[in-house]
Amino acid sequence: MATLELQGLRKSFGATQVLRQIDLSLVDGEMLVIVGASGCGKSTLLRLVAGLETPTEGRITIGGRDVTALDPSERDIAMVFQNYALYPHMSVFDNMAYGLRIRGLSRGEITRKVEEAAALLGLESLLTRKPRQLSGGQRQRVAMGRAIVRDPKLFLFDEPLSNLDAKLRVQMRAEIRRLQRRLGVTSLYVTHDQVEAMTLGDRLLILHEGTPAQLATPMEVFERPADTYVASFVGSPTMNFLAGRLVHDGTAVQLEAGPLIPLQGHRVGDTVTLGIRPEHLTLGGGDLTLAVDLIEPLGSETLVHGRVVGRDDDAITVKVPGVVGLVETVSVGVQADHAHVFDGVTGKRIDPVK
Amino acid sequence: MDRRTVFNGRLLPVMLLLPQLLLTFFFFYWPAGEAVWSSLITQDAFGQGWVFVGVDNFVDLFTDPLYLDSIVRTVLFCVAVSVLSMGIALGLAVFADRSISGRGVYRTLLIWPYAIAPAMSAVLFLFVLNPRVGLLGRWLNHHGVAWDYTLNGAQAMLMVVSASAWKQVSYNFIFFLAGLQSIPRAVTEAARMDGAKGWHRFLTITFPLLAPTTFFLVVVNVVYAAFDTFGAIYALTQGGPGKDTETLVIKVFRDGVINQDIGSSSAQSVVLMAGVIAITAVQFRFMGRRTVS
Repeated sequence: MATLELQGLRKSFGATQVLRQIDLSLVDGEMLVIVGASGCGKSTLLRLVAGLETPTEGRITIGGRDVTALDPSERDIAMVFQNYALYPHMSVFDNMAYGLRIRGLSRGEITRKVEEAAALLGLESLLTRKPRQLSGGQRQRVAMGRAIVRDPKLFLFDEPLSNLDAKLRVQMRAEIRRLQRRLGVTSLYVTHDQVEAMTLGDRLLILHEGTPAQLATPMEVFERPADTYVASFVGSPTMNFLAGRLVHDGTAVQLEAGPLIPLQGHRVGDTVTLGIRPEHLTLGGGDLTLAVDLIEPLGSETLVHGRVVGRDDDAITVKVPGVVGLVETVSVGVQADHAHVFDGVTGKRIDPVK
Repeated sequence: MDRRTVFNGRLLPVMLLLPQLLLTFFFFYWPAGEAVWSSLITQDAFGQGWVFVGVDNFVDLFTDPLYLDSIVRTVLFCVAVSVLSMGIALGLAVFADRSISGRGVYRTLLIWPYAIAPAMSAVLFLFVLNPRVGLLGRWLNHHGVAWDYTLNGAQAMLMVVSASAWKQVSYNFIFFLAGLQSIPRAVTEAARMDGAKGWHRFLTITFPLLAPTTFFLVVVNVVYAAFDTFGAIYALTQGGPGKDTETLVIKVFRDGVINQDIGSSSAQSVVLMAGVIAITAVQFRFMGRRTVS
């Protein structure tokens, strides 16, 4: 258990810059989720902390100790790999005991610790099996067991749930969260799945092309996304964007699609992108008229996909409670108090001036 | 996916198989049958007549201390060649598996010796180790080491072992490298995260995961050392000095072709054939399926 600090971390492979500038600091026991599309550098960031890659520039400090130059074997970090990376020739017990044996623990102590971890994960009856005799979920548990048994300073998770089926993923997600809380080990968790990110993280780091787009709590990321990238990444279905221009001294947006949307407060800017989540659009409001492409019933809710009439580039999704019958056009209202305003050029969030 | 082609009728399949069957018959079954037959008879020196003697040739063979010596010598030779060539190849493969600059050139150079004919590799070793013309051989004698493999049996053995092992390193290298590359990177990375360092990690993770490759290579190397080294040994020492480098294949050649003792030589061939069949059976039994998949 320890703090983790990254200062001015950069990584290039040849001429390609993968990570541009990462500054980050985790308090003891915190779980930070690094999330982003594939190729954003999130796995590289994790491997830098692990020591499996060497940073081009910058410093990594764990619990106050500079580990930048240390081999992974000397960092006292445990990592759960995407494909589990269990030792195929060893039993579950030996997989978990491997790191303890290297640390020179006594036989009795090793047995006690492994059995303790196995009990925590429900692996007691599987200790003599080989990895190939286990199901995906069980392998995942063993990988977790191998990490927790060593009582490391830091946990690293590299998309640990992406090889599991949907149901098991939800179950393991909750289990990882419970374990991490209970053990209180500082953790970095990499995923491309925004639901995992929202549910697991104390804080999220959204990476976009090697640069941090936003670092904040999940709710803050959801409620006040820093730019259009973050806004489109978090939340499902994804946020709707409509091009427009700030008018009336920054108190309203004149959408290119037609209507004038009044805003709360007063903002500074010129061309803007108005962001509005599907659940913040209402049917029958009269702001926009949609030609409906598709209606997806989800049970308790319905998604209506369509395009603003006469503007084929403005695709809009509306999420409404209940059932919607077959229609060709609908009129939609914007809940202006839930609208987000982003700069039309840079995509950065524009907040009202106080 | 089922890629078998189904032929109707008999003629086409037979025609397609015929060339291979004929080759196998003329170059394997016929000579092997002749060998088995001549191992059961004894002929006079001019080939004028023969007598059926049953297993007498084999009895003579296994009561002959020279033959038993040759078996022991061959076993030692095989072990030495296999250990040496596999050990060196594994070391080289571990280095080639890392990302080093010039890796492509390094790998290509390592594969070259495999393309050289056995007798040519022997000549290369002569250029280096011959006491009168070899670079290293002359240097040794010049510096007070009495190096002459035509007189010293141990030196001769060292020489044929080195020459035979050298040629096989390439082959082993390719397989070890492929084996190393089939070990998932994440597994060795997991071991690093678990705190395992260099040599310990190699012994506990890498080497056990190479076991199927290693076992395959043990079989191949033993067969190579026992049978394919004739060219190198014969070109270097002809089995001498005395009989110090006379392995079983050299003895077959000497007894049969030079001494014209066809009965005994054939019996030795049959024993060797039984040996190959046994080794191949072991290989198929334990790993045939695993290496294919």
